[in-house]
Amino acid sequence: MAKHHVTTTINGEPVEFLCSTRQTLLDVLRDELNLTGSKEGCASGDCGACSVVLDGRLVCSCLVLGAEAEGKTVETIEGMAQGDSLHPLQQNFLEDAALQCGICTPGFLVAAKALLERNPDPTETEVRYWLAGNLCRCTGYDKIIRAVMRTADEVRGEAS
Amino acid sequence: MTGEKTEFKWVGTRAIRPDGHDKVTGRAKFGSDFALPGMLQGRVLRSPHAHARIRSIDTSAAEALPGVKGVITSADFADQSSELAAAGEALVNYRDMVRNVMAREKALYDGHAVAAVAATSAEIAEAALELISVDYEVLDHVIDVDLAMEPGAPILDEELEPAGMEASGPTNIAKRVDFDLGDVEEGFAKAEVVLERSYTTAAVHQGYIEPHAAVASVSEDGQAQIWCCTQGQFMVRAYTARLCGMETSQIRVTPSEIGGGFGGKTVVYLEPLATALSRKTGRPVKMIMSREEVFRASGPTSAGSMTYRIGATRDGVITAFEGTIRLEAGAFPGSPVQPACMCAVAPYDIKNVRLTGYDVVVNRPKVAAYRAPGAPISAFGAESIIDELAKELGFDPLQLRLKNAAKQGTKAAYGPTFRRIGFEETVEEAVASEHYSAPLGPNQGRGVASGFWFNIGGESAATVNITEDGTAVVVSGNPDIGGSRASLALMAAEELGIDYSKVRPIVGDTSSVGYNFLTGGSRVTFATGLAVVEAARDAVRQLCERAAKIWEVESDGVIWRDGHAVPASSNVGDFEPLSLADIAGQSPKTGGPICGHNAQNVQGAGPGFATHICDVEVDPETGRVTILRYTAVQDVGRAIHPSYVEGQIQGGAVQGIGWALNEEYIYNERGQLENPGFLDYRIPVASDLPMIETVVVEVPNDRHPYGVRGVGEVPIVPPMAAVANAIENATGVRMEHLPMSPPRLLAALDAARLPEAAE
Repeated sequence: MAKHHVTTTINGEPVEFLCSTRQTLLDVLRDELNLTGSKEGCASGDCGACSVVLDGRLVCSCLVLGAEAEGKTVETIEGMAQGDSLHPLQQNFLEDAALQCGICTPGFLVAAKALLERNPDPTETEVRYWLAGNLCRCTGYDKIIRAVMRTADEVRGEAS
Repeated sequence: MTGEKTEFKWVGTRAIRPDGHDKVTGRAKFGSDFALPGMLQGRVLRSPHAHARIRSIDTSAAEALPGVKGVITSADFADQSSELAAAGEALVNYRDMVRNVMAREKALYDGHAVAAVAATSAEIAEAALELISVDYEVLDHVIDVDLAMEPGAPILDEELEPAGMEASGPTNIAKRVDFDLGDVEEGFAKAEVVLERSYTTAAVHQGYIEPHAAVASVSEDGQAQIWCCTQGQFMVRAYTARLCGMETSQIRVTPSEIGGGFGGKTVVYLEPLATALSRKTGRPVKMIMSREEVFRASGPTSAGSMTYRIGATRDGVITAFEGTIRLEAGAFPGSPVQPACMCAVAPYDIKNVRLTGYDVVVNRPKVAAYRAPGAPISAFGAESIIDELAKELGFDPLQLRLKNAAKQGTKAAYGPTFRRIGFEETVEEAVASEHYSAPLGPNQGRGVASGFWFNIGGESAATVNITEDGTAVVVSGNPDIGGSRASLALMAAEELGIDYSKVRPIVGDTSSVGYNFLTGGSRVTFATGLAVVEAARDAVRQLCERAAKIWEVESDGVIWRDGHAVPASSNVGDFEPLSLADIAGQSPKTGGPICGHNAQNVQGAGPGFATHICDVEVDPETGRVTILRYTAVQDVGRAIHPSYVEGQIQGGAVQGIGWALNEEYIYNERGQLENPGFLDYRIPVASDLPMIETVVVEVPNDRHPYGVRGVGEVPIVPPMAAVANAIENATGVRMEHLPMSPPRLLAALDAARLPEAAE
């Protein structure tokens, strides 16, 4: 079957790719575009390791077809740091040891950034429910939640 | 050995991990992120039957499909003799291993590999699997450990001869182990209170988020390279070489970053298949498990069934403990029943103990290690019955533990006499915590439990290469599963006296560093850390010799202080201190490269003890349990990197909470796994949990220069009993079977309420 020609924007850059009908956006990112920062933990939308932002909405890229990216904007973990400076969430994940093995980390960072852009002052409960779609088996979530809350505090402090 | 160093500059700081930036930017390469030009995609055909004889396999239609480059079955692997062979510190049976990676006479579990295909795309490989025809004779199956031990149970292996006992005919019991201390009959005779209880635990999966993945490339000259996510590149090399009939030195294994393991990546599944397919096709072959395959064919840990009897005097002295522990091994022998027996009551000084364990094969995947293998299972029962005993005696449960606590000089039921240990300290810290006396509301309860894990040492080799600009590269051989690069770098910086940022730790492949036993047993910071400390000291000795050459003095006239060579005394002469960078810069003139090295089989691991406090609230209408508050106290010896120590404790506790409340395998009547995904196999998510408070106790291990014990495993031992004890205190209902999921707890609550309703 002929492949689909898709024109999209990824991390601010115009990107064209060819994909088969059954390839997911995650497959395309990883296998066609070599953007392997998004991870496949389940391919069923349960673990969140493949989280990306599609037209401003947090999605599991394993549940989106590659062809659906046509004309849309995609933000992945690879676009989170600006030049050589980390996003405050990335910096605080490092400082607070909010990762152990690191496989879930890109998904958590993408999801947490999406949260703070919507809700700059989340309660602990709001952070926990927003991130309930991202599985981490190493940390027990404690240090992840703390890093997100601390980042929210810092970003609000800078804004005021 | 300890006491050498009690003041530290780097040890005990919360430095940023050296591999951190790559892991927060998506740059880090995990198992499935690796690719080679011309690479084929491999897929595995798996048995849909829990137990079936394989009469024949026809692969011709699959081989004829355009794009398919090779198909393998068990015929591509030579059979292995049944014997326990040394593999590092572990003993393995290659006859079982070759059958586990590819079924031979029988498929022994739903998901058992029966064939594998390499094709030019994943789609073609998957289509080819559909074209492989397997003629199965479906047999009766058995999954439950107690049923598997009954007479007349379906037999997995007619030739199985149990170790440690006589069998009158075919059996699923692979081994019996016995541990005896003192005289239990005498102990029970002294007892004024005796309790007997039975408990079961469900099989659970390690649940690492990264599925298994491997790329293998075998060259025309027979040399092979493997890139894979594993807890032990040397283990992969040894097992793959044996199963593929290659020499160990023909294979070079490079470990990727590893996305969780918890023991589940201490074995091979895909690596021998990818290697055999690459050899057959002449192309690199990549294989990745789907999440469904991870659940159906890898892990889990054993389900367990146990019966315990405990006796005590009215003043709270436990006089006897007797138990039988039955653990599922999965399809091949090798459950962790021995450590389960050894750990069950190891925190306590009980003079009379008898424990019997049975290793039982059942139609599930061969179990793999899972964090403190066996101990959480046996401790769930032991820490539950001790809680009941405390109630019976009118004791506070922590005070009863304190009264019977093992301490320095206690002879453990499993053999050794403890050196300095920190169990009492963990209980005392728990008693003193604000948490333990905080008020509780309606439907809420508090539970406590303790736990033990040996921790291990083992073979480690490390090199500290001093670079010409005065920095250092630390090469070691253990995949970094949770921050070990940071702890190794901190220890190297401490010894060398240079800034932590000047130390770069890397994880070497099997050809670039000496043999290292795998990452497991909570051994890396302890054992490989010791090798790194010794390698750094070797480098320091060389640095002092070089300074002596520069100064033209005897080498014993130079000592190392704060990262500088200085004269040992004023008698040596008056020289300006030479920094590591000064000496490194002059190394070509003073003897060449400076490389510190150490390799040893590290002994002297310090046992780890933990005591946890858990508050729950039980919804009486639904049986749902909410964890309100959780505190984990643990003796870690010395926290090299406190944040990652806390993280290990928090992560272990939460895995235990999942084991307690939710996690289990659900099979249909044909023995097929019905919940092979994260939606239905529910591991804890962020909204299930509170913060996990940690109290780090430091009773140094006297057999490590900094006092390190292992940290990673013991935190998963107490949680299940802590939760069960809390539920009992909240509801009056004692849960003796895991998981304590809402339907099960609701049924138990209803059963307890019925008599009241009837009155």
